Parts: sequence; structure tokens; C-alpha cells
Amino acid sequence: MTKLDLTPVETPHSSSLVSKVIAQGRYETRITMTNGEQLLVSIILPLLALTGLFVTGLFDTADGPATIDIATPGVLALSVLSSGLTGQGIATGFDRRYGVLQYLATTPLGPIGLLMGKVLAVLMVQVTQLVVLGGAALLMGWSPDLAGLGIGALFIVLGALAFTGLGLFIAGTVRPEATLALTNLLWVILGAVGGVVFPVADFAGSVVIEYLPSAALGNGLRSALIDGSFDGSAFVILTLWGIILSMGTIRWFKWR
Amino acid sequence: MLSLTNVHRNVPTRTGRFQILKGVSFEAKAGEVTSVLGPNGAGKTTTLSIAQGIDRASSGSVKLLGVDPYRAGAGLRSQVGVMLQEGGLPMAATGERLLYHLARLYQTPADVEALMGRLQIHEFKNRQIRRLSGGQRQRLGMAAALIGRPRVVFLDEPSAGLDPASRLIVFELIEELKAAGVCIILTTHLLEDAQRLADHVVLIREGRIEAAGSVDELTATELRPPFTFRMSQSLTEAQRADFPAHLTLLQDTVGRQSAVWRVSGIQGPADLHEVTGWWLRHNLMPTDMGLAGKSLEDVFWELTTHDKT
Repeated sequence: MTKLDLTPVETPHSSSLVSKVIAQGRYETRITMTNGEQLLVSIILPLLALTGLFVTGLFDTADGPATIDIATPGVLALSVLSSGLTGQGIATGFDRRYGVLQYLATTPLGPIGLLMGKVLAVLMVQVTQLVVLGGAALLMGWSPDLAGLGIGALFIVLGALAFTGLGLFIAGTVRPEATLALTNLLWVILGAVGGVVFPVADFAGSVVIEYLPSAALGNGLRSALIDGSFDGSAFVILTLWGIILSMGTIRWFKWR
Repeated sequence: MLSLTNVHRNVPTRTGRFQILKGVSFEAKAGEVTSVLGPNGAGKTTTLSIAQGIDRASSGSVKLLGVDPYRAGAGLRSQVGVMLQEGGLPMAATGERLLYHLARLYQTPADVEALMGRLQIHEFKNRQIRRLSGGQRQRLGMAAALIGRPRVVFLDEPSAGLDPASRLIVFELIEELKAAGVCIILTTHLLEDAQRLADHVVLIREGRIEAAGSVDELTATELRPPFTFRMSQSLTEAQRADFPAHLTLLQDTVGRQSAVWRVSGIQGPADLHEVTGWWLRHNLMPTDMGLAGKSLEDVFWELTTHDKT
């Protein structure tokens, strides 16, 4: 075994932001993947939603796209909400309560490193979600527009930023119990009437809903994966939410 | 390496504001162990949080490696190690995974395997932190504080909950850090630990520095070793009232069969004579007595109880 060398390093020697984000992302991904509750909200619940929509054929119309083609982008959007908002929100809330964030604040990680590391972890989990949910959807007859896959990936990255930002914003400003309640409540509300799974046009008050990050993510993914088109307004709305929520998190996040 | 100058910390309350710290100043140097002591609620934790930059001073100046730690970024953080009392360890991680992760935040970290070996973490490195004992978490917390080979390290109760063998390991590691020129700030409730390890002691009481100096300075400031005696009978009010007025009589410890009394203010044989005269007047016969050199504990007792008796 190497001899333990604890001679102090005389100059600042924090790793670069990129290496720190990658390290934090890897670490958070492993923690998430070995956590049962996280897997439940990230994979199992969206999978149930997908199966439910497919079996009931809820979105079937005479001449429009099949239910599974409308439902799959929505369920993918829902899974971004699950792991970003609910998953990371709750995990961070409890980390804050147990003093983990206070400890991390004394390391070179920093708030940007923490946020970006968590976004990266959400995206890593998202890859698993895409494989599982996408695979299941293909079995149910999903036929995405291949031209829209790149655009879809872009929306998923933006969505991960916005919803991880929202989850961390809540976790960093209210008590852990309130974080648990609030993120779950938001998941249900945004998931049900926020334009994620059920397209916005189906609701009264859709004008307001359209400006929510949830609807922007759902709409962007549906446009991309149903007919391979780029929804410009959804892109702008989601990007703005991503910027506002991350900046809010960095500005108001309390480490203890 | 660390200096606090006239640090105040106020918190708003319903009736106005409460001053937790009322002008705290001290310095901690490289290659020395500076021990911050004080009774519960004295302001130790607040002082340390401010020194670490987790909390902010209401007024006064704090310099950690020359910069204000509250505003400092990753550069300063890479040179300062912190071990928190509650550990701050993520419950879902394993010790090994956490340490390897933390090591990646530094360009030139300590060797994780060697550090785990020294603190005997290998035996539980694959267990989730939530399943570890207090002593195991303690050692892991210390490893986390040292992973970045810091120039300044804050250790909060590093020997709490440790068995004698682990305590020795921690003590040896602290001595080694000292020899390597690390500035160590140690908080502990165990005065005997402070006496053993500290080069410099800062005693905080009610938000102020009550005393500061080396252990030798603090225990040698007055050439008045406390005189203690043990009695199997208790003392009446009248007997206590008749005690020589220029000496102080304090009950030190109470056992099942007897109590130890401590007399401070003994200057010479004449004072001892007065005590034995008082015994004679009241027909008191001690079962044990002694004059001992002062320990840090005596100083702590004198300073933290002086106006309550």
C-alpha cells in the first residue's frame, strides 16, 4: 500500500469545473440507480402511465396519430419531471437536512458544480429511462419520426436543466418535509394538467399552461417525435425556464 | 492561517436581537493545534461556522488563508478540510464510493487506499453510511476532511464515540498533520484531549473569549494549585458559612459515599493552616486530600463557573 502523504498542497488545487461536474454526475447516478424509491419514480411510474395510456387507447382518433405515438413523448417528458423535479428535489432536501449539503459547501464542488452534476445525473438516468420506456413503447407499436430524434434529445437536455433546477430550487429554500410534499404535488399537477402527457389543447386555460416548462417540454417532444418538427416557441419557453430556475437556484439555494 | 478579529454575530429574535458572538478574536497558526473550548451554547459552533465560511459574521473580519471564507470559491475550498460534528455524510453512499468521489474534486488528493488503511475504514468501506456506527462515521468524516491534503483542517469532536484503539489512531494522525505543517482547529468536549493535543487553547464563554493561550500558560497563570479533600459526611450551611472568607470552597464531584471539595485561592502554608483549623472547629475528618497541579479542566471550571458561585 502507498504511504499516506498528508503534506498540505501549497497552491489551490480544485479540479476543473468540467471534471467536478462529471465526478458529481457519476456519483449521483450510482446513488440513484441503487435507490429503490428513485427507480420507482423514474422508471416504474412512467412505465405504468405508458401502459395505461396504450391499453385504454385514450388518444385514438379516426385520422390522427396512434395513441402510442402521442403518449410516448409525453411519458418521456414525465420521466424527466420524475427524476429531475421529484427525484433530485427529494434527495437534495434530505441531504440538506442531514448536513450533507453543508459539508459539500466546504468542498471545492460549489453550487454550480452541484447543480450541473445533478443535471448530468438526471441525464444519465434519462438514458436508462429512454432505453426502458422507448423499448417498451416500440413493443407497443411506437413509430417515432427518426428525423426528430436529435431535436427530442435537445428538449430532454433542456427539460433536465429546467426541472432539476426547479427541484433544487425547492429543496434549497424550504424544509425537507415541505420539499417532499411540494415536489410530489407539482409532479401530480404538472403531470396531469401541465401539458406533459395530455396535450395542452385539451384544456380550458391552455393559454397559461402553454407557458409552463412542463407543457413546453411535452409539446417540444411531441412535435419532434410525432412529425420530426422543431417547436420554436416551446424551445424558447423551456430555455428561459431553464435559465431562470438555475439562476434562482444558484442565487437563493441555502446549503443548510 | 486563520484569524478572527472582533467578530460579532447577531440573530434577530421576536424581542429584538440576540448576540451569539460579542467580539471574538483569535488566531490559529500553521503546524499547531488550536483547540476551541467552551460550555454548550457558548458560541463555539457559530464561531467555527463563521471561520469555515458557512455562516457570516455580522461585523468584524475573518481571514482564512488570507481571504474572506464566506465569499471564497473553489480555490480556497481545495485547501481547507472540514469535519462536521454531525458528519454531513450522505446516508445512501458507501464510505469507499464517497471518498473516491471526493478525491476527484481535487487535482492532487491524498491516496484514498492509504487514508482508508490508516483510519481502518477498509473493514466497513462497502457498507452504506446509514448502517455505520457512530465511531465508524467519525473516522470516515475525518478521512473526508483530509482527502484534499488541506493546509487548514477543522476537526469537530474527532474522538467522540471512539474506542481507545481508534482514539489513538486519530491522535497519531493529528500529531502527524501537525508535523507536516497543517493548521488544525479542534473542537472537543473532552478537556483531557485538548490538554494532550492542543498547542493553543481558546476558551469561549457567552460569546466572548474568556481565556486564550498555550496549555502551559493557562494552567500556570496562577501559582495556586487547587487543594482538594474528600469527605464522607456532607457539610451544613453553617459549616460552609464559617469557611475562611478569602478562599473559595466548591463542591467538585459527588459520589455515593462521599463528595470531593475543591479549595481555590491557596497561596501558601498559612492558607492550608486555615483550612485545617476549620476542620478542627467543626470536627471534620477528610478521607482523602491533595494538592495537585492544575489541569486544563481546572482552568475550565474556574473560568466557566466563577460568577455562578
